[in-house]
Amino acid sequence: MKANKKKTKKERINMTNKKPEKLIDKKGIRLDGRKLDELRPVKMEVGVLPNADGSAYLEQGKNKILVGVYGPKEAHPRHIAQQDRAVIQCRYHMAPFSVDERKSPAPSRRDVELSKVIREALEPAVFLEYYPKTSIQVYIEILQADGGTRCAGITAASLALADAGIPMRDLVVACAAGKADGKLLVDLMDTEDKVGEADVPVAFMPNLNAITLLQMDGSLSVDEFENAISMALDGCKQLYALQKEALKSKYVAVEEAEEE
Amino acid sequence: MTSSPIVVRVKKKRIVELLASGKRVDERGLTDYREIQLESGVIERAEGSARVHLGKTDVLVGVKIATGAPFSDVPDKGVLTVNAELVPSASPSFEPGPPGEDAVELARVVDRGIRESKAIDLEKLCVESGKLVFVIFVDVYVLNHDGNLIDASAIAALAALINTKMFKYTVEDGKIVKKPGYTPLPIINYPIAVTFAKIGDKLVLDTELDEEQVMDARLTMTMDKDGKICAIQKGGGSGYFTKEEISEAAKIALKKTEELRKIVVKG
Repeated sequence: MKANKKKTKKERINMTNKKPEKLIDKKGIRLDGRKLDELRPVKMEVGVLPNADGSAYLEQGKNKILVGVYGPKEAHPRHIAQQDRAVIQCRYHMAPFSVDERKSPAPSRRDVELSKVIREALEPAVFLEYYPKTSIQVYIEILQADGGTRCAGITAASLALADAGIPMRDLVVACAAGKADGKLLVDLMDTEDKVGEADVPVAFMPNLNAITLLQMDGSLSVDEFENAISMALDGCKQLYALQKEALKSKYVAVEEAEEE
Repeated sequence: MTSSPIVVRVKKKRIVELLASGKRVDERGLTDYREIQLESGVIERAEGSARVHLGKTDVLVGVKIATGAPFSDVPDKGVLTVNAELVPSASPSFEPGPPGEDAVELARVVDRGIRESKAIDLEKLCVESGKLVFVIFVDVYVLNHDGNLIDASAIAALAALINTKMFKYTVEDGKIVKKPGYTPLPIINYPIAVTFAKIGDKLVLDTELDEEQVMDARLTMTMDKDGKICAIQKGGGSGYFTKEEISEAAKIALKKTEELRKIVVKG
């Protein structure tokens, strides 16, 4: 520990990976300097992959996430095709180097579950009935993980779907809330998720007031849970504004270039 | 599942029309469960077991105990592993082969309820810190599928854990030596899952398969003995919930989990 003395508290936690004693200080400030209701810095960019029909790159804190969308195209294998609508094939995948201990690239049970719930979070947004018998492929690659990757993956995936020109009822945006050191907080980073008392990821379509993903683990009273959802939805609304900005900054720029 | 979209639409129309007047196909109330039959200790070879009939849904859970190394981040805790098998004979939509996403989700939702409520005192299952702990395997075996597998499986899993007997042992030279006699597993919480289906604008509990095939979305809430929420999972298709619906579901779940817990935990 002596060698670490000069490091800041935050760096020390990252280096030793030890449980910090406190996640929130007396003033209500978190390990990375955020307030309880403050999101991590977010960067979003669309149209980053030349080969994909649509794509997006998102950074949220240390999360780095790349999403590519292909389709709608003929469903493969054919038995997955639906006669009256398109299907979404979604893969949530973590790069082996995205976490402290190398993760096997083979899908874990967690990956299988997340791929399913992310797909179900996106489905309500897409006009699937416009493209019967086809498949829309959504590939979410977690390049670096720091808590809240399923939410960040959804936020990025809906940008990539929009970038692919697939008609949608609304963008889907996701954000988690949770509890740590007895306090409710938003957009949990990895340490807060692992050490904290509860994690509630929520995906939302703001214009339709529709919650399309909801999970929870930990322990919350019903009142705390309702407050956590409200906090997560507030986070979603902030991210939603950034999503729209990201789309505008690509497409408005394109439009302006064409006008000139 | 395998039914064609047209049949599902006809069925859905009928189910939604009935629900609008507060009725269900089998005349239950919207939050009524089907008859629940619970039988414990049905498999003698397993350390614990239970079989739950929820209407025609039939789930068998067996618990096996082994020893192994703990996870390095929790060196002084036993290991819990939940697995689910959708037996091919249980439904025309189940196929043999490695677990698909439905089986994985079922196992993980049941797992989350047990784990997050700290139902098993895993610290008591440590033999030697960092080296040797007990591993509890909970295997969910779906024998017949007529809807609401999550709730039936969660009840059966909890009942099987309560039913589980561990052999007594002493530790000699870092090895486990069996002694005569048995002790129950250290169960200290009792998570119960209730799963809502949203059909049209109604929330319905304990769906049978027909209802499940036409539902817009599903929401599982697992609550512990103190009425705290310990796990939630939204799933089941391309529908969504509003915040108001989720609040309503939480209130109903609080009452319903308490009712159901009495079936599993006697006295």
